[in-house]
Formats: sequence, structure tokens, C-alpha cells
Amino acid sequence: MSQEIKQSKIAFVIGASSVGTLIEWYDFYIFGMLATIISKQFFPADAGTAALLSTLAIFAAGFIVRPFGALVFGRLGDLIGRKHTFLLTLVIMGGSTFAIGLVPGYASIGWAAPILVLILRLLQGLALGGEYGGAATYVAEHAPAGQRGFWTSWIQTTATLGLFLALGIIILIRSNQGVEKFSAEWGGWRYPFWISIVLVGVSVLIRMRMSESPMFTKLKSEGKTSANPLKESFGQKRNFKMVLLALFGAVMGQGVVWYTGQFYAQSFIENVCKIDFIQSRNIMLVAILMATPCFVLFGWLSDKVGRKWIMLFGMLAAVLTYRPIYQQFLTISSTQNRIDKIDLTKTVASAVKAKTDSKDATKIYITQSFDTVYTDGAVFKYTKTDTLKLGATYNTLIPIDSLNPSLIVSKSAKPNVVIEKTLGSGDAWSMIWLVFIQIVYVTMVYGPIAAFLVELFPTKIRYTSMSLPYHIGNGVFGGLVPFLGTLIVEFSKTAQNPKGDSLAGLWYPIGVAAVCFIIGLIYLSNKIDKEVMD
Amino acid sequence: MNTIKKLAGYIWMLMSPILILFLVFEANQKISTATEAAKSNVILQWVIILLIFTPICVGFFIFGKYAIAGEYNHLPESSEEL
Repeated sequence: MSQEIKQSKIAFVIGASSVGTLIEWYDFYIFGMLATIISKQFFPADAGTAALLSTLAIFAAGFIVRPFGALVFGRLGDLIGRKHTFLLTLVIMGGSTFAIGLVPGYASIGWAAPILVLILRLLQGLALGGEYGGAATYVAEHAPAGQRGFWTSWIQTTATLGLFLALGIIILIRSNQGVEKFSAEWGGWRYPFWISIVLVGVSVLIRMRMSESPMFTKLKSEGKTSANPLKESFGQKRNFKMVLLALFGAVMGQGVVWYTGQFYAQSFIENVCKIDFIQSRNIMLVAILMATPCFVLFGWLSDKVGRKWIMLFGMLAAVLTYRPIYQQFLTISSTQNRIDKIDLTKTVASAVKAKTDSKDATKIYITQSFDTVYTDGAVFKYTKTDTLKLGATYNTLIPIDSLNPSLIVSKSAKPNVVIEKTLGSGDAWSMIWLVFIQIVYVTMVYGPIAAFLVELFPTKIRYTSMSLPYHIGNGVFGGLVPFLGTLIVEFSKTAQNPKGDSLAGLWYPIGVAAVCFIIGLIYLSNKIDKEVMD
Repeated sequence: MNTIKKLAGYIWMLMSPILILFLVFEANQKISTATEAAKSNVILQWVIILLIFTPICVGFFIFGKYAIAGEYNHLPESSEEL
């Protein structure tokens, strides 16, 4: 009976902690996923200061602020307790997300718009930096001995499920509203931000019913809490050396594997392979959904065989297979490999359309689409746009085919070609499996990590000590995967190969994961401390 | 194993300044080749990267130093040792 009560209590603890963390991830992701629309709505079209603010909003919140949030809220969590601290982070995150959805666009309030968005985004980053360590510590301190990996792995699923929820809601609203309505100033893109307040409200109510962690309560009643968690965590060699080991021997590798599997893969499929917006997201959604149970599987397994080898195996597998996997992405989406599959009976060119520039009536855009249909169900759409400058205002009533050529003053040297590929179901499934493999690696490195970090540090400074390496590993090493990946591809461009090596960007996650694997292999211990009742 | 831990410590210590120098070199190159319109943005990105990675590289250096000093020869195996 007592065991049943214990099980139901821990299930409640997991549920309440996970829902809140899931919502925080959801809040954090929707900004990134809607970044293109946000930049159009809140930032003026010209570059300069606008681009700077946009960069700050994305860079600062992702990389700088998260570790600071870890320090601020980690310290608070070790001083006043886990429960109230991660309740606070949830309210800050939910409030700032909701508020982003309320900020009028640049067209209405000018520069106040990007500045407000930047401030709210920074608050989001701070809150996220404080949330994860609190939730992981709280759950671990409730978990029965020998089951810490299993129970904390539920918290690990939230980052992926948050991504899933954010993607799902955005796709749902966008599909219902259509692209134009969705992207308008007060359009559907704001709904995911508003929905957040409902989710946060429910989660706050649930979390308020939670009691403080038993270990922290015991520590507090004995008067043994830390007076200065920051000093004890990073000012004493005994603990600081473990912070460094956690970062370089586990979390930095975990961070790059995670961001490559869940974010770089999507960006690569969409921008390099040119897979259609909706299909590329569907590929991610299905793969994530299929792989998510593996978080719990590897968390549970880590209780049996230790955390070290599971995490290291995930890193090694990533190091060895990333390039073949991404090469396969290119092969599947390649045009050259499917020339013999073209279905000539269905391959068509659309009528030529002309559109006048909204600011200059003598400038027109001539667009024509070519749909290449393949026998395996794939459709590759090429949209070619030429820009013409006329000597007079273009009369839209005149069909473009009847335009007098002598009116054309100049024509763009190179047409703008947009490629959108929709794969047949067979190839789409191949892509899903390739993403699935990468998400399985993510589950191997990420499933046991919370339990691993919790076990490295004593209760009185656990929140502070584990939060910082976690957010440096994930926010900095992981968060920089898309930026540094793109940068390395730029490096690979030469006069002989102007497009560069599209797989070169993988050297960053491969390099970091390889170094982390070696450090983990040499320095980490696989022993599990069944009790963390220090 | 403890000998390997110590020897590897020298590699980590050596890698830290090399990484910082590499980043400074790349930052300098990218900023100097950036177009006028994008220059301020490129500078900002690289300043952020340097500000973030320099302390991490210092941490990596200290990690190497601890490894050489034998700090990781025995890791805590129970709560009492934490």
C-alpha cells in the first residue's frame, strides 16, 4: 500500500514538473520557429540597427542569458527551495511569452517594438536557464533509490515534446489560416504565444499543489543549507572540478548531439535539401514522436548499467554516422538520381504571372513555376522570378505575353529560383528513419543526463552546480551548432567549388562530440550512487 | 589509467590557448572581409562568440591543470564523498 502511495506521489511529482518544463520549452521554441515572421513584424526591412537587434534577440537569449539564468535561479533554488524557484521561472517564462504575442508590430509603434521583444526574449532565456535544473533536481530528490535515471528521464522528454507541441500548433494554425492570414500583423502567428498563458495557468495551479523536495526540507530543518551557493559551487576546488568534468566530459557532447539531431537536421532538410516547409516539419514530427519513448528507455537502462556508457555510446555513434546520414539526405533529395523517374505526362509549366512592385509601378516581377512530377509520387517545384524595369508604368490589364519588348529598360541578370521539393512517401519515410536514428542518439545522451548531473553534486548546492554546466553545454555548445555549422560551410567555399561542401558544417558537432567522448571515456566514473541523501 | 588522465591534461591545457587564438584569427578575418552593410552585425556576432568561448577555454585550461594535478584520479563514489 505504502509502495502504491509512493508510486502515485512520484507520478504526480513527475507530471507536475514535466508539464511545466514542457511549457517552458514550448515557449522558448515558438519564438525560434516563428523567427522569420517575427523579424518581419517587429523589425524594419532595412538592415543596420534592426539586424543588430534581431541578432541580439536570438543570440543573447540562446547563448548568454541561459547560463546567467542558471546562476540566478540556481542560487535562489539552493537558498529558498526548489518549489518556489521553478514556480517563479514558469511565471516569468509564461508571462513574457504571452506579452510577445501582444506587442504591436514595428509598423504601429516603431522602435519600441523590437526593443520590447528583445527584453521579453531575454526574460525567456533567463527563465529557461533556471527551470531545467530545478525540475531535474526536484524530481531526482523525490525518486526512490535506484530509479533516479528512470524518473528523471520523463523530464528529459519535455524538451522534445515541447518542440513537438510548438511545431504541431504552428502547423495547425498555419494550415487552417493560410500563409497570408497567418503572417499578417495581428495574424495567426500570435496565437501560439497567447495559447501559452492558458498552458502556464494550468501548470502554475498544478505546481502550487506540490510540496518542497524532501531532501531540501530536511537540509533546511537541520540548518545545513548553503549560505553562498555560488561561492561553494565555483569557488571551491572540490566542487568546481566536478562542474568542469560535467561540462567537458558529458554535457558539451550531449548538447551538440541534441541540437544536431533536432535542429540542424531540420534546417538541413529544409534549406540544403530544399524539402517543402510542411513536409520537412512533418518528417521531424513523426521521427520525434517515434523516438521519444527512448528517453525513458535509456533513463531506465542507465539505472541498471550506469550512465556513462549509454551517453558515450550515443556520442560515438553520432561521431561515426553523422556524415553518412547527411550524405543520404542529399542523395534522397537529389534531382540527378531521379532523372529516369520523371513522369512526362504530368510535368507541367504554369502560366506566366506578372506582379507590380508595391512601391515602384515601373518594376514588375515575372514568375513562372515548373512542376516536375516523378513516378514515385515526388513533385519538385521550381519557381523562377525575373525582375523587369519598364520605361513606363505597367498596366496590369495587359497580359504579360503582350508586353511590348521596347518598354523593357532592364532585366535582372540572374532570375531568382526557389526550389520546393515534396518527396514521395517512400523517400519521405527514408528521411524519417534517418532523423529517427539521430533522435535515438539524442535520447541516449540526454535520457540519463539529469540523473548523472544530480549525482555529481551535494544537495545544498545541487541546483546551482548542475544548472551552469547544463546551460553552457546546451545553450552555448549546442545552441551554436546552426551558426557555426553554416560558418564552416562558408569556409569550405572556394573558386573551384563556389557552393562549398554542404556536409562541412557537421565537423563542429563531430569535433565537439569526439573530444567529449575521449574526456568522458578517460575521466568519468560509471559507478552509480544509489542514495543522494547527503 | 591515472597516467593517461595526467598526460591528457597537458593536451587540454595546450588546446585552450590554441582555440582562443584560432577564434581571434577567424573573427579578425571575418570582420575584415564583411561587407559594409553587414559589418556591425558580424562584429557583434564575433564579439559575443569571443566573450562566451574565452571563459570556456579558460575553464578547459583549468580542467587540464586539475587533471595533471591528479584531481580526477579518484572521483566521489558515494554521497559522503561529495
